[in-house]
Amino acid sequence: MKITNQIKDTTIIITLDGELDASSSVMLDEALSDPEIMTYSKILVDCKDLNYISSAGLGVFISHLQRFEDAQIKLIFYNMQDKVRNVFEILGLDLLMTIVSDYEEAMTIADE
Amino acid sequence: MNNKITVSCTKKNLKQIRDFVTEYLAAYRLTDILMNQIVLAVDEICANLIIHANQEDPSKNISLSITEKAGMLKFEIVDNGVAFRRSEYKEPNIEEHIRVGKKGGVGIALVNRIMDRVEFESNARQNTCFLYKKIK
Repeated sequence: MKITNQIKDTTIIITLDGELDASSSVMLDEALSDPEIMTYSKILVDCKDLNYISSAGLGVFISHLQRFEDAQIKLIFYNMQDKVRNVFEILGLDLLMTIVSDYEEAMTIADE
Repeated sequence: MNNKITVSCTKKNLKQIRDFVTEYLAAYRLTDILMNQIVLAVDEICANLIIHANQEDPSKNISLSITEKAGMLKFEIVDNGVAFRRSEYKEPNIEEHIRVGKKGGVGIALVNRIMDRVEFESNARQNTCFLYKKIK
């Protein structure tokens, strides 16, 4: 699992590359727990190269979502592969989280 | 075809288990989504056994074997750790998990929703989890 960050004004773009399972999700949890992340108004998660997610990976997002919402930080997923999106859908997380098709749409939503 | 794998109880071995399942299932030409779902269900059970039942003790092992009969896939996962108590299992309320920031507890829900049948058996010697999925 490779996690890279890119900063654009008040937006942080987190790019996930690889597989998020019980082993690698610890890295993502550390990245999202970084106090600096609370200084941005939008967190965009690029899922193009996210090839797999298990409940441990979902759990990391689930556990941080309310904290971001409380701080009015938008968390937006984009470029998600169908098989990964399907895992969100099985639990109904697609209705509780914001998942859009591409970067442009993510930026539009983030600017609303 | 090799249909059995044994790994020691560390989270790093989950990848090996997923690769094994993917390789076994390659011959069945499943859709990407179905293939991913099946791999995920097996991964979830193995992660639970490694982390919760065996406390990530690398001196302990879990074994997975896969068979297929009349379009029904059967996964048999064996360990010697603490048995899963299904009677104590409760379906998670995801909105509540979000509200309180809970990290775990949605893996078995995924398995139950993906697989056609999920069974747990324990005796004095070992625990076995059986997963069944109709693919034809």
